[in-house]
Order: sequence, then structure tokens, then C-alpha cells
Amino acid sequence: MALQDVCGLHNPPLFPQWTAPLSRSFMPEDSTHLSGGGIHGEAFSTRLPGRGGLSPLEFYMPIAEYLTESPINFGQTSLSSALTKLLEIDHLYPSLPSISLPPPTPCPISPSVPLPFTLSHGTTTLGFAFQGGVIAAADTRSSCSGLVACPASPKVLPIHSHLVGTTSGTSADCALWKRILSRELRLYQLRHRRRLSTGGAAKLLSHMLHPFKGTELCVAATLCGWDGDEEKHDVASTPQHANAPTNQMTAIIYVCSDGLRLQGELFSVGSGSPYAYSILDSSVYWGMSVQEATAVAREAVYRATYRDAYSGNNVDLYHVTAKGWRRRERENLKEEYYREKERERKRRVIAY
Amino acid sequence: MEYLIGIQMKHDYDKMFKLSEKILLLCVGEAGDTVQFAEYIQKNVQLYKMRNGYELSPAAAANFTRKNLADYLRSRTPYHVNLLLAGYDEADGPGLYYMDYLSALAKAPFAAHGYGAFLTLSILDRYYRPDLTREEAVDLLKKCLEELNKRFILNLPSFTVRLIDKDGIHDMEKLPIGPK
Repeated sequence: MALQDVCGLHNPPLFPQWTAPLSRSFMPEDSTHLSGGGIHGEAFSTRLPGRGGLSPLEFYMPIAEYLTESPINFGQTSLSSALTKLLEIDHLYPSLPSISLPPPTPCPISPSVPLPFTLSHGTTTLGFAFQGGVIAAADTRSSCSGLVACPASPKVLPIHSHLVGTTSGTSADCALWKRILSRELRLYQLRHRRRLSTGGAAKLLSHMLHPFKGTELCVAATLCGWDGDEEKHDVASTPQHANAPTNQMTAIIYVCSDGLRLQGELFSVGSGSPYAYSILDSSVYWGMSVQEATAVAREAVYRATYRDAYSGNNVDLYHVTAKGWRRRERENLKEEYYREKERERKRRVIAY
Repeated sequence: MEYLIGIQMKHDYDKMFKLSEKILLLCVGEAGDTVQFAEYIQKNVQLYKMRNGYELSPAAAANFTRKNLADYLRSRTPYHVNLLLAGYDEADGPGLYYMDYLSALAKAPFAAHGYGAFLTLSILDRYYRPDLTREEAVDLLKKCLEELNKRFILNLPSFTVRLIDKDGIHDMEKLPIGPK
């Protein structure tokens, strides 16, 4: 559609009919619009009588004079002008559904500009299992080639009541694929009257991502969940052996857009993962209590944010048990940093 | 072992796929391709058994795998996987098939993929005989692993070992590398 307009097709139809043939009124089809170019291609080239020459694609075409500005202002300017034009359209054609654009955000990466260096997956996420369930933790910094794009982005996303997923890679891709996975799991639950296991969810996600292998899509997720019925006895109350994960219904599976799918007891993903691994490998053991596990996870994320430039700001922590997931309040690690500095200072004062 | 940017993610990753009662497929290569391709072959071999009532022979399975690999090679989505197919045929006896990502197929008495191959193939050349006993074969394997431990730059903490004979696939004890 965009290509046809750029190539100079006259008077393309207004954008609501991008997703449907002209005979139908605007109905957001959930799956057909994804394959828009195919059978509906013919609909786009016919002229609509009486419509003005305003193409919605002009909203997103750069105006020449702004091309010389710095990339950070570039995206902002074109989107805000698009916003005003959209409001005009609403006034002229009130039957159209109104679209609300998200507030314009700086977007320095455009496909035509070569990346100055390869972007690392700037994050620290981790997940591990212990006798009391599963802990999933992550920092909250979204970086964009050296700029902190968002200091408070949630990287641990609940998928359903007993499954959370930590995300690493491209934020948009992760958010989208998590939603798609939630939708598919919900459909499975409705059709088969039981929840899909974590292994099944991981396999589903892996197979959905496989066609995109070799493209720029980048998702590295750790699915942490509790399988089985809630009616089973609460495992945390029964005394467990030191290394007896076999009765447990926990599952931690790392899924990557390369196609990798690994099941394990402990994973950490992202640029800060080596730092987190060092803390977790020495401190995590099966018989730890919930408080200990929370403290270790928090410490691991803190140490990673201390050393890794692309991780930072806050830490999110989720605990998944037979009863579902619980979320610990988001904690700002800046406080912890200053507390540690204070401890160091006091220690030095005492020493001398 | 699965490595990701220099960090070991899993130390007990099983790279062998059971195609049938007497056939194992060892699959290494690019991260997602291995599992996708191996599971595809695995399910197809099982489907053959369901449809026809008897299992594919190792030679047939190897040729089937090679054909699939060759078909995908010149498509938009080639699979970058290196394979070893090991099986026991009632008529022909044990057989090992070496396949690489360009879908070359060769029946061989012994084979290896990866950087470890550089170190172990000459040991196998020197000490292999077609009439090795089971104990001698395990000793030969241990010799290879000692060499890897000595000269290979990556730490390979454990190896899964399986034996295929007329009675099927048998798990043997995991062979660790390193000082006991």
C-alpha cells in the first residue's frame, strides 16, 4: 500500500479500506489485514469518487526540509504534523473510526541510516526455580543505541495466571509476541478446557518465531511458569529434599528467535547476564526460602545494573506458585546504590 | 552444552534424537535449525511407521534425511545442520551415516563433526578395528575424550553416551571430562 502510493498511484482509497475490499464497510479483521497485499491488492487501485486527494500515507512521508535535522527531532516533527492532519480527516468524515496515535517519541533509528554499532540486547533478566516456586526478575531500562529511551519499561510480562515471561531483545517485538502468545494460549484454554503447559507454550512460541529466522526480529524470552492444577497440594508447605525438583511443576524455558529452546532450572538473558549468572550460580540452591530467593534475584539484577551500562533503573520481581503469580513492588535501584555507598563509607570510617 | 556469546547456558543438553527403536540422529549446527529439522525428520519417520506398520531401516532413514536437507538447501530457508545417523539394521547390522549441511551422505565406520573432529579422527584412524569388543570401543571413546580435554579450548564437562545394538538403544553412563 505504501509502496503503491510512493510509486505514484492516483487517489488511493482512504486508509480504513486498506484492510477490506471496497464493498465492505470498515471492519477490523484480525487476521486478514496481516496479509493485506495479496487478494485485496486490487481494491486499493480503484478510485473512490468524491474523495479528496489527501492520502493518509502523506502523514508518514518526510517533508524535505526536516531531513537535515538531527534524527531525534526528525521522528517527532513528522508525527505531530500527522496528528493534526488526522484530526482534520476526522472532522470531514465523521463515520471513520478515530485513531489515537501514541505520543510522539524520539526514534533515532530509521532503516535507511546504518547502525553505528551492533545493538546489544540491553537488559538483564533472570528466572530460576526453587522449592517455593519460580522467581522471575528483570531491570527496567530500555536503551536505544546509547540513549535511555525508557527508564521504566516492564520486561517481565505476565502471559496468563500461572505463566510469566521475561523479555530481552527488541522491545516492540517482545511485547507483540507476548501478546500473540497470550492470545493463542487463551484460545487453547477455551478450546481444550485446560491450560497449556509451559513446555507447550515455549514450543508454540518457538514455532511461531521460526519463519522469521534470518530477519531483524529479535526476541529472547524466558518463560517461567507453574504447570498442573491448583488443587494439588501447595509444594511450599511440604518439606522437600535439598535437590528434589522432580515433584515440582515449575518450568523455566528459554526461547530465542534464532529457534533455540532450552529447558532448565536457572537462566539469565541479556547484556547483563554474565554478571547476574555469577551471583546466581553461587547463591541459588533448591531449598532456599522465598525471602532468600527474592533477595538473591534482586541482588543479581542490582549487580548487573551496576556493571552493565544497558541495564539499570528499577527491578521488577515476580514469584510464580501453584496459586499464580505475585508481583513485588517495583524498586528503584538507585536507593540500593546509595545505601551501599553509605555502608562502604561507614566501613571505611570504622576501619580507620 | 549450549553457548551464547561465550556463556554456557546448559550443561546437560541432549543432542540425540530418537528416530525409532534402533535409530538415533545426532544433530548439531545452528541454534534453531537443529531442533526444527531433527524433530521434523523424527516425526516423519514415526509417521512412516504408523502408515506402513514397519520401521524405516537406517539406510532408508539416512537417505530420507539427506533428501530433505538437499531440498531445503537451495530454498530460501536452508538448514545449517551437521548430522550423524546411527542405527542397527536386522539384515545389514550396525551402520553409521555421516551427513553435513550441504547434504553430503557417507556411510562410515566412525565419524565426528565440529572442531573436536580435528582432534579425534586421527585417534579413531589409528585404533579402530571393525571387530572391537564393547569394552574396547568404550576405551577408544575415552581416549578421544581425554585428547579433547587436553587440547580443546572449550570446556566440555560431560558427554552423553548411547549404544545401539540388536536389542535397541541403551543409555550408558555419562562420561565426564576432567580430574576425578
